[in-house]
Amino acid sequence: MDQQREMFTPMKSYVPFRGLFDPCPPIGKKYYSTPPNLYLGFQPPNLEQFTPQEALRKGTLWKVFYDYYDNPYRRGGDSGHG
Amino acid sequence: MWIYEKKLQYPVKVSTCNPTLAKYLVEQYGGADGELAAALRYLNQRYTIPDKVIGLLTDIGTEEFAHLEMIATMIYKLTKDATPQQLKEAGLGEHYVQHDSALFYNNSAGVPFSATYFQAKGDPIADLYEDIAAEEKARATYQWIIDMSDDPDLNDSLRYLREREIVHSQRFREAVEILKDERDRQKFF
Repeated sequence: MDQQREMFTPMKSYVPFRGLFDPCPPIGKKYYSTPPNLYLGFQPPNLEQFTPQEALRKGTLWKVFYDYYDNPYRRGGDSGHG
Repeated sequence: MWIYEKKLQYPVKVSTCNPTLAKYLVEQYGGADGELAAALRYLNQRYTIPDKVIGLLTDIGTEEFAHLEMIATMIYKLTKDATPQQLKEAGLGEHYVQHDSALFYNNSAGVPFSATYFQAKGDPIADLYEDIAAEEKARATYQWIIDMSDDPDLNDSLRYLREREIVHSQRFREAVEILKDERDRQKFF
């Protein structure tokens, strides 16, 4: 069962079960987002910050909490995270 | 008491005339996991929660109204110049019959807003867990709207709002930790 360690991504995916008589062509992967707030616990002190100008645009002062989202289904199954 | 700043929390720009997006966006206006439900939920729960986290509920509840105003601006911009025919084609014919192009607190399926969308159980943990769930549901709703939208400028504002849901969820999770009150305490097992 030891698979190769995959690169961390907050955009998780799974392949839904496919029955013999499913009427529609398969969607392939289903995606779901697991943003950084799920991983950190209580915020530790002295984390890296954006500049105030950047923070106002991004919606957070703290780099760890920034999570860009884009439609993961748009690019042929490749998650739109960067 | 509140002080009003006559500007949006984040700029709202809509680059394509697409009233159908207004129909989707209204989910965040008068829907179960929308900004109105969030603001009312947090500002109401403030009274019966330990002092340490009242301020957090005030701050986040207030910010939700700023988000509500952004959503309202998006919906208004997308519908203000639409003819009845265009609204009909966007699935908003029923809305036009009732409201013209006025905004109304209902969800994307036209169901009017209801106070039953949120709770006040009086148990601090139960209430904060509901708040965390509400933030994650609102985050998901923003994702689904971004998935449905091809408007890059609108999506930019929606991404900002989604990011705020993440930060709010984080702060509510920290509030739970504060109420568990085991931080900084010497532990003996």
